[in-house]
Amino acid sequence: MFLAILKRLLMLVPVLIGITLLSFLLLQIMPGDPASRAMGTRASAEELEAMRQLWGLDRPIWVQYLYFLRDCVTGSFGVSIFHKQPIIALVAARLPYTLAIVAYSTVIALAIALPFAIFAAARRGRLADVAIRQVFVVLIAMPPFWLCYVLILFLALGMGWFPTGGVGEGFLANLHRLFLPSLVVGLSTAALIQQSLRAALIDTMQADYIDTARAKGLRGREIFLRHVLPNSLISTISIIGVRVSWIIGGTVVVEKIFSVPGLGSLLIDAIVSRDLPVIRGLTVFFAVMVVIVNLITDICYALADPRVRLE
Amino acid sequence: MSLLSIRDLRTEFQSPSGIARAVDGVSFDVEPGEIFGIVGESGCGKSATCRSILRLFGGAAARIAGGQILLDGVGDLAAMPERQLAQVRGRDAAFIFQDPLTALNPTMKVGKQIAEVILRHRKVGRAEARAAALQLLRDVQVTSPERRLEAYPHELSGGLRQRVVIAMALALRPRLIIADEPTTALDVTVQDQILRLLKERRDSLGTSIILITHDLGVVSQICDRMAVMYAGRLVETGRVREVLDAPSHPYTRALLAALPGQVGRDRALTPIEGAPPSLIAPPPGCRFAPRCAHAVARCTLGDPPPLAPRAGAAPGHLDACILDEVSDAAA
Repeated sequence: MFLAILKRLLMLVPVLIGITLLSFLLLQIMPGDPASRAMGTRASAEELEAMRQLWGLDRPIWVQYLYFLRDCVTGSFGVSIFHKQPIIALVAARLPYTLAIVAYSTVIALAIALPFAIFAAARRGRLADVAIRQVFVVLIAMPPFWLCYVLILFLALGMGWFPTGGVGEGFLANLHRLFLPSLVVGLSTAALIQQSLRAALIDTMQADYIDTARAKGLRGREIFLRHVLPNSLISTISIIGVRVSWIIGGTVVVEKIFSVPGLGSLLIDAIVSRDLPVIRGLTVFFAVMVVIVNLITDICYALADPRVRLE
Repeated sequence: MSLLSIRDLRTEFQSPSGIARAVDGVSFDVEPGEIFGIVGESGCGKSATCRSILRLFGGAAARIAGGQILLDGVGDLAAMPERQLAQVRGRDAAFIFQDPLTALNPTMKVGKQIAEVILRHRKVGRAEARAAALQLLRDVQVTSPERRLEAYPHELSGGLRQRVVIAMALALRPRLIIADEPTTALDVTVQDQILRLLKERRDSLGTSIILITHDLGVVSQICDRMAVMYAGRLVETGRVREVLDAPSHPYTRALLAALPGQVGRDRALTPIEGAPPSLIAPPPGCRFAPRCAHAVARCTLGDPPPLAPRAGAAPGHLDACILDEVSDAAA
């Protein structure tokens, strides 16, 4: 197991080289001079030249790439033009909020999806099952920004139960303040989990080993908790994995609407202020996170299902 | 006193095209310590019959529509509420499923799966249940049993897995074991080992076994008595030697004639023409009549004939054919 994880981590190296190259080239292809784009139209020629020297833009492209690679390897991911800080410092300040939404929304998703999946599977094909499916399909189809405003309108402004946005100090305060953004993200995760878990439950309930368990004299609840649920939840692991890597880079809209200073808002701000190194650094960082989350997903999968081996 | 008496059992399956009467008035007895074989083609209702005994229908929409399943000292299983029947399962009667590949939970260690049945019915601790599981694996002749306890099903061969399933069934020394084609999914040499094991366990524990199979060779190898089933009904029953040596129902004869190997070696193989009838709308009279070479007009009238002894037949040898004499030549 340990060796397999080590092997997977080593395999990260070529992947990372590819990712850095790609994100570097993407910004190279973009038309215009990064220095003038950053300084604006009113900068003098000397200022632009100084800027270019400072960033190494006067060097050959492959040297520039090596600089960028050095920044990635040393962990700074480059320096922000706007914030004048290493990008990793910006990420470190914002990552906790994004991770909080990741964790919080996943907990909410499971809390919603689990009972509904079990209930729907038990009443397969009946009215309750069909109704639940329709509601969750609507949830998947609903645009997040719209859901954000509906929730703000009713739960924040209308009932006054939650703030309209922002973050607070401490765990409990954020549990309260991050509820609405996490709910928006969690609802679509819940819909995905409910559908796949319902199918997995129905599948497992018909498995021969469930008959074996019944033949042992086990009662319904015991069979469900020991045999049906654990085997059905395995498929949920991969859904959570996919969702988590998506949420890390994909909550742009939700973070912006609820003024959560997470990675999504950092990316939007960088794009608006034309902070190229931040865009580039974040791209690499997101890619690294996706690869790591995938690895963690695979490890969880191998732990949950003895038939699966980590290669 | 028979260990198990099944009287006029009727089991129905709900299907999209209607209600299929998979078991339609089946009666037989199983004596203590005997191996009772039920043979028949796929879909004849043999599996449905034995699943009815413990009401293990998987995900299928099935119900027992009538009849009695009397287990000595326990009562009528057909009338028993589910909660009470759960106490009987595994303790008084156990089930061995056809496919050991799918009959074990893939994500649970084998030892834990065996211990589970012990913990369910006995007031013992985990360590004690584990020790019992170890002994059970030894009893079913599993090599290096300590190591197997910690194995997951996919790490074992088909034969070993079926031994594990048998160990699980034997865990509480039930008086009855129902084995639904326990060797069909295994290759021939392993099949033979598993049958020997079942017989050996019966000899040392005195367990009665109901063995469902489509393989007459298996029946002649280990069964004491047998029943032949066709389209939801028993057509012939008796001691194995008598039924196989002097079959009196045309279907049994046709089945033997269609069999390669020892039973019908001196005869050419004769396939049974046609297909089994629909269980949703079965033909009137004898179910086999439409395919029977001897059928006469009155065979297709009224209710299907009941099992009855024939003049000169051995005691307990019954068949459900109304014809007096069925010629040997054409079967």
